[in-house]
Amino acid sequence: MTSCPGWYLSPMQTVDDPAGELTLQINGEARRVPAPASVQALLAYLGLDARAVVVEVNQEIIRRPRLADTPLADGDSIEIVHFVGGG
Amino acid sequence: MTATTITARTQTDQPLTVAGRRFRSRLLVGTGKYPDAATMVATLDACGAEVVTVAVRRVDLDRSKEESLLHHLDTERFFLLANTAGCYRADEAVRYARLAREAGFNEFIKLEVIGDQDTLLPDVAGLLEATKVLAAEGFAVMAYTNDDLITALRLEDAGAAAVMPLASPIGSGLGLLNPYSIRTIKQRLTVPVIVDAGVGSAADACLTMEQGVDGILMNTALAAATDPVRMGWAMRHAVEAGRASYLAGRMPKREVAVPSSPVTGMLRPRSD
Repeated sequence: MTSCPGWYLSPMQTVDDPAGELTLQINGEARRVPAPASVQALLAYLGLDARAVVVEVNQEIIRRPRLADTPLADGDSIEIVHFVGGG
Repeated sequence: MTATTITARTQTDQPLTVAGRRFRSRLLVGTGKYPDAATMVATLDACGAEVVTVAVRRVDLDRSKEESLLHHLDTERFFLLANTAGCYRADEAVRYARLAREAGFNEFIKLEVIGDQDTLLPDVAGLLEATKVLAAEGFAVMAYTNDDLITALRLEDAGAAAVMPLASPIGSGLGLLNPYSIRTIKQRLTVPVIVDAGVGSAADACLTMEQGVDGILMNTALAAATDPVRMGWAMRHAVEAGRASYLAGRMPKREVAVPSSPVTGMLRPRSD
């Protein structure tokens, strides 16, 4: 309440991180990564073969042909899965 | 008869066909729990299998340099059947199935919707719901289920391309607990019936095929054998023998003895 001297309500500040990083949820973990231009760029950054994985961004599957032109935004939730041994 | 004629007569069989696709082998094999990749590959080879199941899981980002499963599996030789193992809800299983299809190999899915962690028995309601959704999206749904006839019929109605009743719980190695149920399911369904789960020994596999089913899916029976590769050989032959035995038509069971040697022409008993 403004009756309290010296107490200010300041607007939420959104500041672009000068280093050009994003915080992404990747496979359940928050990670800061250099802002990738696309999902494909993120996979390359992570050292993953795009042909061996399937990617969901915000619970939507990103089809193979669209990996290179699907952008990522701060706070996006990404799941990267692949085939493993199983019965 | 020449050897080739005998071979032709004893080995003629229609191929296993699911959703219009023919497969070379009635033995389907899982890729889980092997001691190492080399053993897995050698075992799959010994089995003569074509269909191998795989699971869908998060990539471990700290170990992204490790060789993936696909590095070890010749995808020209093996047909990858993705599963929805670990899914306890229909929507979860549907999500996994869609991810698996996006990997780009085929539209088949081994659908599992589990109801209980200890027994890994299926949640029938969830299984039916997921089957309907996925069948409508063009998946060839191969549904892991229990050995209840009504559930099997409902799965077929829901659009399953194959129904996969268990012999006994996953990984239990208890073998075919209810041959009558499996036989009944096979007799009543139109789609292929492939027994999935619980086979432990070659005898189990042979007995299961003798019920007339179209195939068997096994994993632990091989991976947990002392010598998986040798067991793969055994299972290959057990499945073939069981299938041939079924096609050959077993003899009837009698509760009295019926001699195999003539009862006439016996020597007169000595009279002294």
